[in-house]
Amino acid sequence: MHLATSYHPQNKHEDTILSPLRRITFVDRWLWAVLLGVMGLGAYAYSRQWVFGLGVTGMNRPVYWGVYITNFVFFIGLAHSGTFISAILRLAGAGWRKPLTRAAEAITLFSLPFGVASILIDMGRPDRVLNVIFYGRFQSPLLWDFTAVSLYLFSSVVFFYLSLLPDIALCRDRLTEAPLWQQRVYGFLAFGWQGRPEQFHRLERVLDGMAIFMTMLVVTVHTVVSWVFGMTVQPGWHTALIGPFFLLGAIFSGTAAVVIALAILRRVYHMQEVLTVSLFNSLRKLLIVFTLGWLYMMVAEHLTQFYGSLPDEMEVFWQKFTGAFAPLFWLMFLIVFVLPLIIFVFLGKNRIGWMVAASVLINVGMWLERFLVIVPTETRPRLVSTLMAGMGNYQPTWVEGAITASLFAGMVLLYAVFTRLFPVVPIWETAEAVEAETLPARPRRSLFGMRRSR
Amino acid sequence: MTRWAMVIDLEKCVACQGCSIACRFENNTPAVSPEQAARGRAIRWNDVFPFPVNPTEDTGEYPNVKARYMTRPCMHCENPPCTKVCPVLATYKDEEGLVRQNYSRCIGCRFCTVACPYGVRYFNWYAPQWEDPLALRLNPDRLESRGVLEGPAVRPKGVVEKCTFCIHRLAKARARAEAEGRAFRGDEYVPACVQTCTGKARYFGDLDDPNSTVTQLEKSPRAFRLLEEVGTHPKVIYLREG
Amino acid sequence: MLAIDARDKEKIVAPLFRTPRAFVLLVLILSALIAIGVAAYVRQVTLGLGVTAMDRPVYWSTYMVNFVFFIGISHAGTLISAILRVTGAEWRRPITRVAEAITVFALMVGTLQIVIDMGRPDRLPFTLLYGRLQSPILWDIVSVTVYFLSSITYLYLPLMPDAAILRDNCPSDAPAWQRKLYIVLALGWRGNHEQWVRLEKAIAVLAVLIIPVAVSVHSIISWILATTVQPGWHSTIFGPYFVVGAIFSGIGALFLAMTGVRKALGLESYIGLRQYRNLGLLFIAMNAIWFYFTYAEHLGIATGQQVEEFPVLASKLWGSFAPTFWVMALAMVAAFWVLVAPLLVPAGAAKVALFRPRLALASASTALILFGILQRIPMAPTLAALDTPNATTAAWVGVIVMLMLAGLGVAPWLKARPVTATAIAGGLVLAGMWLERWNIILPTMTHPRLIPYAVYTPSLTEILITVGSLALFTLLFVVFFKFFPSVSIWEVAEGRVIEEARSKIVVPAPEPSEAGWLRPRRFKL
Repeated sequence: MHLATSYHPQNKHEDTILSPLRRITFVDRWLWAVLLGVMGLGAYAYSRQWVFGLGVTGMNRPVYWGVYITNFVFFIGLAHSGTFISAILRLAGAGWRKPLTRAAEAITLFSLPFGVASILIDMGRPDRVLNVIFYGRFQSPLLWDFTAVSLYLFSSVVFFYLSLLPDIALCRDRLTEAPLWQQRVYGFLAFGWQGRPEQFHRLERVLDGMAIFMTMLVVTVHTVVSWVFGMTVQPGWHTALIGPFFLLGAIFSGTAAVVIALAILRRVYHMQEVLTVSLFNSLRKLLIVFTLGWLYMMVAEHLTQFYGSLPDEMEVFWQKFTGAFAPLFWLMFLIVFVLPLIIFVFLGKNRIGWMVAASVLINVGMWLERFLVIVPTETRPRLVSTLMAGMGNYQPTWVEGAITASLFAGMVLLYAVFTRLFPVVPIWETAEAVEAETLPARPRRSLFGMRRSR
Repeated sequence: MTRWAMVIDLEKCVACQGCSIACRFENNTPAVSPEQAARGRAIRWNDVFPFPVNPTEDTGEYPNVKARYMTRPCMHCENPPCTKVCPVLATYKDEEGLVRQNYSRCIGCRFCTVACPYGVRYFNWYAPQWEDPLALRLNPDRLESRGVLEGPAVRPKGVVEKCTFCIHRLAKARARAEAEGRAFRGDEYVPACVQTCTGKARYFGDLDDPNSTVTQLEKSPRAFRLLEEVGTHPKVIYLREG
Repeated sequence: MLAIDARDKEKIVAPLFRTPRAFVLLVLILSALIAIGVAAYVRQVTLGLGVTAMDRPVYWSTYMVNFVFFIGISHAGTLISAILRVTGAEWRRPITRVAEAITVFALMVGTLQIVIDMGRPDRLPFTLLYGRLQSPILWDIVSVTVYFLSSITYLYLPLMPDAAILRDNCPSDAPAWQRKLYIVLALGWRGNHEQWVRLEKAIAVLAVLIIPVAVSVHSIISWILATTVQPGWHSTIFGPYFVVGAIFSGIGALFLAMTGVRKALGLESYIGLRQYRNLGLLFIAMNAIWFYFTYAEHLGIATGQQVEEFPVLASKLWGSFAPTFWVMALAMVAAFWVLVAPLLVPAGAAKVALFRPRLALASASTALILFGILQRIPMAPTLAALDTPNATTAAWVGVIVMLMLAGLGVAPWLKARPVTATAIAGGLVLAGMWLERWNIILPTMTHPRLIPYAVYTPSLTEILITVGSLALFTLLFVVFFKFFPSVSIWEVAEGRVIEEARSKIVVPAPEPSEAGWLRPRRFKL
């Protein structure tokens, strides 16, 4: 098999980090089964939609886009968690990010496919998806989306895999009691990694280079997602701020999702030593800044509209502030801004429970925010009468509910299975030194001293 | 060149909805069930509705109502917002200024429907169905060649459809002219709604022809276009009442 | 008696008590320019705003551009120095004073622009007497006032220990009034532990509070434009866009100011390459963000193609504002390249023939000549061949290629002179941002909905007052640093102590500290 002379970074938490990989518990199996069940329900709902048509959803004229597109924007936004933490904080040289990079990147990796799936689910003719390649028109913002998201998916897989590589090699060498297929997988994925200094050096350089690229992609992807709306002339959508606003919201909800994931991992896998409270406090500071930034964008957007008072725009505006969407809107405002800010500033410090509560609120609220960007505009078109009172003539059906639930279940399932197969904390990045006994005759510190070679 | 355009004289319009019905039979637009229609899924390529669309305090209350009726086919804009956003060129403006829809390429993403400020684009939420007497009387015309499916051909489920200015009538008129060995004239073809209009309120023709009726009427001081401020430059021209 | 390092005494304190001839000359020149500006303004007040080139519909023009521009560069200081303080960036120490001074003086001159622009400056108090808080102008007055007060406090607080140091270290031949000035400003500072703790706390709190104030100031300025319904102005992105532009131009102003101070006083040992490099990285990031916002703003209008907005954009892209628009874009690209090129070009590049300044000069002039020909000045019959579309396209491609060649050629030259390169970038950005403000305000003014499109060329009065304002800003800055230390003495001394303490720790920090300028280390709420 592989040479036993692989060098691995020495990490005193190695056993803690690897312990979830050593067994699969009864609870795990139940969780997976339940999630699979939810996904099955979603699959049934989708099969109905495939057979009968999009009529089984609550969408109609003029609300042509509903929950699915909201899911799309939300999942892509969630995906910005990992890239933000690993790429942007890497460029900014924030050293504290290291223990949580993997957990964050996994969110990216496992939410992106469901973002893509949301688009496919929303299509009236999913059988014609290849037309996008055969007849793609680059003048359409959807094609920008298609390109940006596929590039994003591809490069996050690569980025994720690269930073996982030394740890896979570690698993290959350490987890000798694992089932044979699992060992084979590690052996194959480790790609002959030996952990020589020049390998680490090269890896760091590649990751640094990719970080710049990924940062640009993060900005592009969510801006382009927003431009699907912004490039039309519809009141409420046709606003120049929509790009930066979506981007900020994406990073906001992504970072909050990281808090949730970290807290669960810390609790379930007993990683209190590795995922320290100080990590949460750092994330808390970021989230305070994002909360305030979100408010700023919110004010900038609506104040400008309000003072302009163009009749078409105001139709949409009042829908949100006092009309049919007012309950949702103010609920969203409460759980995205007011409560999280109070919690983070006054209650959250050192208290993970509070921070998780605020993060859950933020994520629910950000989903609502996406919904409230998309739907109110559609319910107040210029020339189409809105037929019913109430929530603007759009009531999602159980099909949409089931499919949405199954998408979230799928994401959680992938995440849960991943944590049982690969270390969720990067062992090599959080390591103190290379294993002493197998170290080659090179200066020891140079290995991690070249981290930021300038 | 030819630029097909329509003029609708609101002074003459009696809001009989004949255009809407003629369009339905000419173009095989499916009739949806009342429940579906109540959910906003009815398909009316040529819609007739009160204007302003959504009553406000400005439109007044009975009997002092200021609302009028408005009939609305596709505007066939010079600068269509819908074609700009289509990812696969399933909708496009042809060289004669018609905004066309290719049913066999559309992927059903509904970007064009949300981008159109006039709401003239409709989606097939289910596979279209007709009750028996209707099903036997579908318009047999079909415009199809090399992967392009247009006109009154029955649309499949999950695609977007819209008013075509009865493009199959144009094709037929062209074919007839060719068969008779003469040049095609702009006044040989009108869409079904124009043909059927009770009050003779609709005119159809070529805007590039300086002698056509539509060109003459376009110069009328009563002429206006819907939502001109959006920058779409519609080719349906309305003549104001009074 | 506060002690002072001998180095600081010679480099920072000593110049405050000398009056070199160059300084006197500079003050005289600036005063002359200001006097001309004042004369122009007096004429304007006497005769009325009719002496400017403003007309219907161009009711706001150069003065407004100046206003936005000056308030923009005021973000140099406070915001940058506050953000750097909050994030605990050690390298900020020698440049905070310069940055904060820019803020205060730019705010003074910026506010003055509004008064100059008023038809009835005598009725300025009416804004307080009859102020309507529904008007964005009132928001502006409130926020600029708050910003000004807090900036001047923010400048003064770290200055207090320095004033005490100066008080205690005055040379014997110092004039009595100068000595008295320091005594008053030191406010009885003794430098005991309690005072230091209180000062540090005050600065820390103020630094956090001033960030939202600074952000609000420029957002509100943008909302003066954006809350109208005028095409091109009524855009939701204006708030963040203006803030980004303000910070961006602020760094540009800071580049110029710190380089000027460094050159004039010989502060190479204080303001070192580290400051330039880190600020340069911040600058590059802001540049990228500025481009992002500019693109987002214009793309929306371009694809929307609404009948009223699109002519505004068209006038910028190929109409009457194309020269200012494209010069702005070019200046920003050039500023970006000037700072990025040294990072990309390898050390030995100068050996390659492509990377020669001479080649850069040649290709730049070729580009210029080609461009001139494309503008048909002069219209020579021999160039008639260029009338064909293909030749025109080829010539444009040639211009772009030549410009790129020039960029490549100049790269090693820039790499060898980081300070000069930074100063160039700063100048380019200041020019570019002034033009940016121009390109935002004027095209909308000249393309109204119901008034025939207009043309606006500034009159002599406006130019003279603008020049006078710039001179006033420079004069205030220069005179201030004639009497106060351009580098915060105590902060630098504190930095030395911290550095020394750090160097004694054996275990290396997890990350080199200079890389951690975004690391929220001292962020406490």
